[in-house]
Amino acid sequence: MNIVGLTIETLHRALQAGETTVREVCERVLERIDALDGTIGAYLTVDGERALQRADALDRERREGAPLKPLTGVPIAIKDNICTRQLRTSCASRILHNYVPPYNATAVERLLDAGAVIIGKTNCDEFAMGSSNENSAFKIVRNPWNPERVPGGSSGGSAAAVAADLCVAALGSDTGGSIRQPASLCGVVGLKPTYGRVSRYGLVAFGSSLDQIGPITKTVRDAARVLRVIAGRDWHDSTSSNHEVADYEAALDGELKGIRVGVPREYFGQGLDEEVKRAVVMAIDRLADLGAEIAEISLPHTEYAIACYYIIATAEASSNLARYDGVRYGYRTARAGNLREMYRRTRDEGFGAEVKRRIMLGTYVLSAGYYDAYYLKAQKVRTLIQRDFTQAFAQCDVIAGPTSPTVAFRLGERTDDPLKMYLSDIYTITANLAAIPGISIPCGLSRDGLPIGLQLLGRRFDEATLLRVAHAYEQAYPFEHKPALEMSGS
Amino acid sequence: MPITERDVEKIAELAHLELTEEEKALFTRQLASIVRYVEKLNELDTEDVPPMMHAGAEEEADYAQRDDEVLTSLGQETALANAPDKARGFFRVPRVIE
Repeated sequence: MNIVGLTIETLHRALQAGETTVREVCERVLERIDALDGTIGAYLTVDGERALQRADALDRERREGAPLKPLTGVPIAIKDNICTRQLRTSCASRILHNYVPPYNATAVERLLDAGAVIIGKTNCDEFAMGSSNENSAFKIVRNPWNPERVPGGSSGGSAAAVAADLCVAALGSDTGGSIRQPASLCGVVGLKPTYGRVSRYGLVAFGSSLDQIGPITKTVRDAARVLRVIAGRDWHDSTSSNHEVADYEAALDGELKGIRVGVPREYFGQGLDEEVKRAVVMAIDRLADLGAEIAEISLPHTEYAIACYYIIATAEASSNLARYDGVRYGYRTARAGNLREMYRRTRDEGFGAEVKRRIMLGTYVLSAGYYDAYYLKAQKVRTLIQRDFTQAFAQCDVIAGPTSPTVAFRLGERTDDPLKMYLSDIYTITANLAAIPGISIPCGLSRDGLPIGLQLLGRRFDEATLLRVAHAYEQAYPFEHKPALEMSGS
Repeated sequence: MPITERDVEKIAELAHLELTEEEKALFTRQLASIVRYVEKLNELDTEDVPPMMHAGAEEEADYAQRDDEVLTSLGQETALANAPDKARGFFRVPRVIE
């Protein structure tokens, strides 16, 4: 059984034909992790023993005649900021280095109900704060396409694991682009659902009005499959929506006639790499060739999105991260005489630089005397950004543009300048602010052999149209490149 | 408004962070540059714009309500399982009142 390029679809075909077993697939995945992940660094925890036990149980059920469930036997990697029962969930932070959740996130529970096998927990930027995965407290992740490049972030481990075939699919989380940008930089598919589409219960909170869990996969069809499993109302999360969960795979009919694709002029200006621009413009021309109507649109407040986002996201983060105090779980300092000292030293020793920086900024914008000038102002600008999209979607069904202004950058290239790092999120953060869904799919390779991503944005709860367009593109122009990874001894 | 090292000390105090002298200097510089950047928002007139207080749509506001049923919760032993320090069913912390 060759697992390179293995998708949920091809895996299920092989299982149905009796060509393989869940155990064999999981063993191959674990062997590949053993051989390659020492270099890549995609996983923080590999749960091999329990994965194989579960694989055996699923094979037994299959032998006894159980039909395939939507994800039976699919080896899935879970970002380490999503809680997994009895499996360490560290958020790539020293402050949670030993945290073992007593419960599963709802998304994880639903994956398991659908037959998935959890392979392990993937590396990420600490508390999902970063765009390069260099903020992990434990180790960096190397881009499978080029080990000197970042995989993107913050779900860099999940994207790298999918790209390197160290799993079949993965879950990530997206607060400002953390699923889509690493998917783009690693040449895989990444979907951020509408805010409220997937329960956030068990997702360690960063920016609660922005966070969403979503799939990172090798094909659009697989993303549709995983989304249908994890989506839907959950009473554990009062912001999860009652909106009906569509049969997303049924929407993948390859038909683009009558679809209007909006191209925002603000997404093709200064700062966009020429090669990325060429590839994305070509992808949009191809959508037109496939029958879509293309219309130029405007999202006039785009240039204010990063400023707006970094006020709102850090404000929410400073409040959410107040819970890490060394009392109930996680790390506690060894040198504390009194309670106050314990809080301060625990947090000083437990958090990394970027997390502290964001807590500081968030505390500042919420503090007395500055609340109106920064936080309230940003909330108002957020309304303007959302209105941009409401107006745009009167003229089009999806919006197309680049996911990231550049291909994967070099390790260390942007670590000294936080603001420069933030600017790499320009095209992705607007979807989080406007609470709309977005997907990144690969649409080309740069001269240096690095993947380029096409981003599509859709109306609230209209993941079906987003997936239909992405799938039609993928069918007509399949991305047939793979990173060159050598497994020693095989 | 420029951020000074005094501001950084005050924010760190509010956020329960203990910063080294080096971190103080670095954060003063970096936060000043980020705050200067976000002040870009002042170019926009938002006098008549309502703040976006909920990321979902208006019609979803009532989702927050459910029936008041008694359900099982974690239980004491499980809730304490991750505690750095515990004693007789409690979380143990250093002295609070001197």
